[in-house]
Amino acid sequence: MSGHKKLKDFQEQIEQCVKCGSCRAHCPVFGQQKRESAVARGKIALAQALLEGEITLDKRLVEDMSKCLLCGSCVNKCPNLVPTDEIVMATRRTISKERGLSPLGKMISVALKNPGAVRVLGKTGHRLTGLLFRKVAGNSGLRLRFPVPYIAKDRSLPELASATFLEGQPEFIPGKEGQPTVAFFVGCMINHAYPQIGEATLRVLRFMGLNIILPKAQNCCGLPALSSGDGDTARVLADRNLAAFSEKQPDYILTSCASCTHALAKHYRGLSQDHDDFAAKVMDVHLFLEQAGLVEQLKQLPQGDDNIRVTYHDPCHLRGQGITREPRALLRAIPGIEFVEMEGADRCCGLGGTFSAYHYGMSQGIGSIKAAGIESSAAELVATACPGCMMQLQDSINHAGLKTGVIHLMELIANRLPA
Amino acid sequence: MLDSRIVRILQETVGKENVSTEQADRICYSYDATQQRFLPDVVVHPGSPREVSLIMKMANAEKIPVFPRGAGSGFTGGSLPTKGGIVLVMTRLDRILRIDEENLIAEVEPGLVTEQFQLAVEKVGLFYPPDPASLKFSTMGGNVAECAGGPRCVKYGVTKDYILGLEIVTPQGDIIRTGGETMKGVVGYDLTKLMVGSEGTLGIITKIIVKLIPLPEAKKTMLVQFDSIDGAAQAVSSIIRGKIIPTTLEFMDATTIDCVRKATSLDLPESTRAVLIIEVDGDQDLINRQAKRILEIIAPLGVISTQVAETQAESEALWQVRRSVSASLRKVNPDKFNEDICVPRSKVPDMIRAIEGISAKHAVPIVNFGHAGDGNIHVNVMVDLKTPGEHDRAHRAIEEIFAETLKLGGTMSGEHGIGITKAPYIPMELDPIAVTYMKTIKRALDPNNILNPGKVFLEDQ
Ligand SMILES: Cc1cc2nc3c(=O)[nH]c(=O)nc-3n(C[C@H](O)[C@H](O)[C@H](O)COP(=O)(O)OP(=O)(O)OC[C@H]3O[C@@H](n4cnc5c(N)ncnc54)[C@H](O)[C@@H]3O)c2cc1C
Ligand code: SF4
Ligand code: SF4
Repeated sequence: MSGHKKLKDFQEQIEQCVKCGSCRAHCPVFGQQKRESAVARGKIALAQALLEGEITLDKRLVEDMSKCLLCGSCVNKCPNLVPTDEIVMATRRTISKERGLSPLGKMISVALKNPGAVRVLGKTGHRLTGLLFRKVAGNSGLRLRFPVPYIAKDRSLPELASATFLEGQPEFIPGKEGQPTVAFFVGCMINHAYPQIGEATLRVLRFMGLNIILPKAQNCCGLPALSSGDGDTARVLADRNLAAFSEKQPDYILTSCASCTHALAKHYRGLSQDHDDFAAKVMDVHLFLEQAGLVEQLKQLPQGDDNIRVTYHDPCHLRGQGITREPRALLRAIPGIEFVEMEGADRCCGLGGTFSAYHYGMSQGIGSIKAAGIESSAAELVATACPGCMMQLQDSINHAGLKTGVIHLMELIANRLPA
Repeated sequence: MLDSRIVRILQETVGKENVSTEQADRICYSYDATQQRFLPDVVVHPGSPREVSLIMKMANAEKIPVFPRGAGSGFTGGSLPTKGGIVLVMTRLDRILRIDEENLIAEVEPGLVTEQFQLAVEKVGLFYPPDPASLKFSTMGGNVAECAGGPRCVKYGVTKDYILGLEIVTPQGDIIRTGGETMKGVVGYDLTKLMVGSEGTLGIITKIIVKLIPLPEAKKTMLVQFDSIDGAAQAVSSIIRGKIIPTTLEFMDATTIDCVRKATSLDLPESTRAVLIIEVDGDQDLINRQAKRILEIIAPLGVISTQVAETQAESEALWQVRRSVSASLRKVNPDKFNEDICVPRSKVPDMIRAIEGISAKHAVPIVNFGHAGDGNIHVNVMVDLKTPGEHDRAHRAIEEIFAETLKLGGTMSGEHGIGITKAPYIPMELDPIAVTYMKTIKRALDPNNILNPGKVFLEDQ
């Protein structure tokens, strides 16, 4: 019993789908496949058919349910706000309950529950980098030399860090008196592959004079498990995180990873009162900093004259929480930056967790639309607020042969702060 | 179930990957926006007019019903496979074949999404006005088959006013051309006009030649809030009487406003009982003058506030309010009977008053919004079919609404078509001899009654 909602708990929301078809205009997967089973309306019809026993849990249904980025693009535009992403996740949980976890799901479960093992793998991986990977032109990532299950050979990957971000950090960094105490939820991507985002986040938080807690016992937010239909693993991870963050009581729990924020703030809710209390403290770091007055502080910094043209990609997991204005406000305030809006900034990058592992071709197709938007913006850098998006954006940029750099907003800000 | 021989022929015709008898696909092509469901036997995605032609020939030989489908956003069940058989999904045919800037015409395939087409022609300074609220997802073929209209039709006319010619596959599988590329043409019967609005019962549209017009230089969108429904209805008649034809004159009543209030950042206070979205377009001087004149005309009619959109984004925000309406009505009651009556424009206030009376008499909520500027009102009778007796009450209310519409000189459907949901009411509007005339055409063209059978006319009518 993971405590997550069951498919039948969504009956009422499923019935709210009036089959209007509006989601056909917004679902990125439908944009690639143009078949009704790929769009939200079709997935809802299939979920309903499953509930009513009109269809069996066969291979085909598993396949159809895998074709969802859980991006929520349909949900935001649906006139009845039908939560297709959650309905798909609940269906995936039903599938794994009845048919067992998929091989990929099993791998994810083992990896997430044993962060130590991942660390060893990461260290070995780092040492073997040259053997396992080849570098993509410039400094824009790595590609596998050999096929590995679920990772396409032509996908660009970030280099695994030689040490995790958390390894080198103290558990507590005192700030200015009277300032709130924030805990930093790091997340796997930043911890293992993008430690520089963690460093940058800490610099910005220190600049603001905050008291910072860095619980060493924190682990994965659980989203990869939820995405593969593994509610049990997700629950184990949620409980561990709860324990890790309950020792010292922070005022806020901040994250620099949009997907982690989404998982913690949304999917921990309803598991128990304690989980609800935890979720209520979770906040995206950009939202927090904007509210804490960072925009004004940035505007007071000396204005450099190097004007870098930067555009912004909305991570679905922030857009879905309505956080679109704040990152832009921060961006605009950074000295020496010219912000330009790109076409389709709010379109999903195409990663979608397990989606891109199963459907890399479609993932690339969705990414290429993004790359076209980036190209026509003529930006030198595309900033975003999620390391997952960064990996995918880099991949799409590499495939499109562009030179645009990818950077996390925290890095951009940290780079401009006085030493 | 179809026998495997037929499935094999279909696979040979369009390719294996474009034929499916999987339960999942049958379910996914069983519905449209009526929310009714009928399972097809097989779902086929043809890739060329020739393939459509071969399918129709085979279907005739084997007497298998064929149901053409675009995006499945229809409100009257036109695409529903009511008798099983083949659902023929036209969305693979989605190319813009040409945009001819010398003659201001374009040729497209039927599966093209309307908005994609509009964006493409607007890039070269041209304009395809028909704008159903479903334009982001409905197809050109579906629009032609239903003669779709939209807000802009007050000034610019509906789909049929822009269709110059078609390529169609006849019910018996021949490929013919109707009309052509010229602005005029009187050779033979006007089959183009016959096809437009025929709801996929007389032929399958495989190419569409449309007329384009120059893109207006500018537009101005205004959202006006009224303190009474009567005030808004009178505003519509007064503007038309004032000899001003705005681009759009969209109307929403208080219940509609309740449904969309949460979905918008716009301030829509409770005291607002009706809203008009008024748009004017043309050159900058003209639209400023027209907008001013309109606001003068309606000022005495209980205007609470007027929001004027100055930028494209602001205008989009006002329009988003309107576009999200029809699907959000579920908040009132789970089931809706959605009618799109059309009355002479001067009769809009009478019609609205009559509907209020009918709603009170039968104790069913009736939500009204729509293209008031051309007298086309979307009347939504909202019920919960799980409650016993609701179905009958709704039908009695609808019958009275239709009777009143006809009494005022109107028609039962302005743009959504008849399909299956309105077929029972056809005898209220059409003379039996006219019905026979139409059915004779259908029988002559489709003797085996295999193309979209059972639509528009009830089979035993
Ligand atoms: C939210 C919403 C708003 C809407 N707003 C409007 C509006 O403002 N104005 C309006 O007029 N309608 C509106 N509609 C109704 C609907 O979108 C239109 O009727 C539209 O034209 C249907 O297009 P489709 O591609 O979805 O066709 P479908 O629903 O798939 O089919 C409609 C009919 O066309 C036939 N058909 C489809 N393709 C072909 C073809 N190639 N050859 C022959 N027959 C074909 C089908 O057999 C069927 O009878 C709305 C619907 C929704 C859900
Ligand atoms: S937009 Fe929402 S209500 Fe409409 S078909 Fe899609 S999921 Fe259903
Ligand atoms: S969540 Fe994204 S991928 Fe999934 S159905 Fe909705 S729009 Fe499509």
